[in-house]
Amino acid sequence: MTTTALNENTPVNPNEPVSRLQREFQAGHFVVSGEIGPPKGTSIEKCLHEAEEYLKHTVVAVNVTDIQTAVMRTGSMAISHMLVDRGIEPIFQMVTRDRNRLALQSDLLSAWCLGIRNVLALTGDHVAMGDHADAKPVFDLDSVGLLRAMTTLENGSDMGLDAKGNANVLEGSPKFFKGCCVTPCADEVEPQILKLQMKVAAGAQYVQTQAVYEPAAFEKFMTEIRKRGINVPVLVGIVQLKTAGMGKYMNTSVPGVKVPDWILKKLTDASKEDRQKISIDICGQLVREMKDMCQGAHLMTLGWDHCVPDIIKAAGL
Amino acid sequence: MIVADRKPMEEILAMLAPYKRVLVLACGGCVTVCVSGGEKQADLLASQLKLAAAAAGRADVQFDVDCITRQCDREFAAMLKKPLDQYDAVLSIACGVGVGFMSELAPQATVLPGLNTTSYDASTAKGVWQEYCGGCGDCLLAETGGICPIVRCSKGLTNGTCGGTKTGKCEVSKDMDCGWYLIFKKLQAAGKLELYTKVRPAKKWSKDRNGKGARRLTHKELMETEEFSK
Repeated sequence: MTTTALNENTPVNPNEPVSRLQREFQAGHFVVSGEIGPPKGTSIEKCLHEAEEYLKHTVVAVNVTDIQTAVMRTGSMAISHMLVDRGIEPIFQMVTRDRNRLALQSDLLSAWCLGIRNVLALTGDHVAMGDHADAKPVFDLDSVGLLRAMTTLENGSDMGLDAKGNANVLEGSPKFFKGCCVTPCADEVEPQILKLQMKVAAGAQYVQTQAVYEPAAFEKFMTEIRKRGINVPVLVGIVQLKTAGMGKYMNTSVPGVKVPDWILKKLTDASKEDRQKISIDICGQLVREMKDMCQGAHLMTLGWDHCVPDIIKAAGL
Repeated sequence: MIVADRKPMEEILAMLAPYKRVLVLACGGCVTVCVSGGEKQADLLASQLKLAAAAAGRADVQFDVDCITRQCDREFAAMLKKPLDQYDAVLSIACGVGVGFMSELAPQATVLPGLNTTSYDASTAKGVWQEYCGGCGDCLLAETGGICPIVRCSKGLTNGTCGGTKTGKCEVSKDMDCGWYLIFKKLQAAGKLELYTKVRPAKKWSKDRNGKGARRLTHKELMETEEFSK
């Protein structure tokens, strides 16, 4: 298919959904998304198989992480495109850590040409957190800047100027469903809410949150953002805890995540054979308790993708 | 002020290994203030180098010490006791500006860096220097409560905190403040939080050192013809 042919498919109506994810929100359905992480290397069969086997028929869209935790691996765009080929709708995660505005805009156009419609704009973990600590961090734009860049491309120009100082004109422009992230249970939540306001002002149309284990804190957060006029759909983030140790690690090391004692106790008390089932039950319970507060759940099963169908069942969805 | 820190002794010894007549050249400017490259540090370093050379069977290596007011200013070069090219190597313990400028002033000399130059700092407590400015050429401090997001935020973000902030500290180190948390607190205290939520246009990195190469400041009313660095 040529670029021109693809562009003819660009919806004229600005509210016309560009993806299944956007359509599901507009229809008022509770949306579940999943997540896969590309491998470090070229053996991509396992992650694609898991997406086809456990996610294709259970979730609306699948996030593909972008060099997650600054650990070098296969890219998000390639795997997102392969999901498109397999009839699975990707959410193309894009961090601003590794590319300047030239590369980010170019990759956005490339992604659109490859059939990718949902993009999640993230700043990305610092390179110091990953396995290439001597790499030069880029951060030419931040997540707000990336959302603005997407909006600019959608409006038919880019961030640059021509020789006369006028905005460049694109030969065909993309149309994305633009997402962002927020940490609802941060110890100091006000800066997070202010940042979310900026992201929405810059064009964000949906939100996937950092992991939430405290429904009461999440409810307070949702009430507050709605009060401030932030009305985009929110998918509550559920990170599946595999062991109590993982929960304790998150408490000490992951910003904005508090795993309460009742969850740690359940996982500690569970026998090794029962632990996966307990882990699924905890995810299900969290979704049940929070589903009326938001528009969806984003399940991050961290390699336990086979648990997704059971989590959805446990959540009563 | 410009802050620099001494290179590891092993690295300095390896750099100086081929040379027999070495000048350790101190600077009376910023590096004296941050106790890295002043005359006292030059004397101490020369003594350490002599001992190390002797221990390596090279007791014949000569280490002299000199110091000028500032290695980054042509007018002070006249203070040098001897021309630099009379030494096999000059170990400058100025910042990188001093090393580069001394090297340019003495085309025949080998001028080597004894320090790693790091940052533009304030002395925040006795013995503590903290980076405050990134020298980006496009100052944002009017909008950020005087706190530079380019250097105080580990990612140099220009639109608020990321998700990596925890109890006011940065994800990179629990000992490092989150720059945007500091900005938030400052603007909150000043009743100017509207500045926090202002979506800023993408930063003009063309003003930064990576933008269009080495930057240059000229005051036309003061200009004379340069003898060097044309």
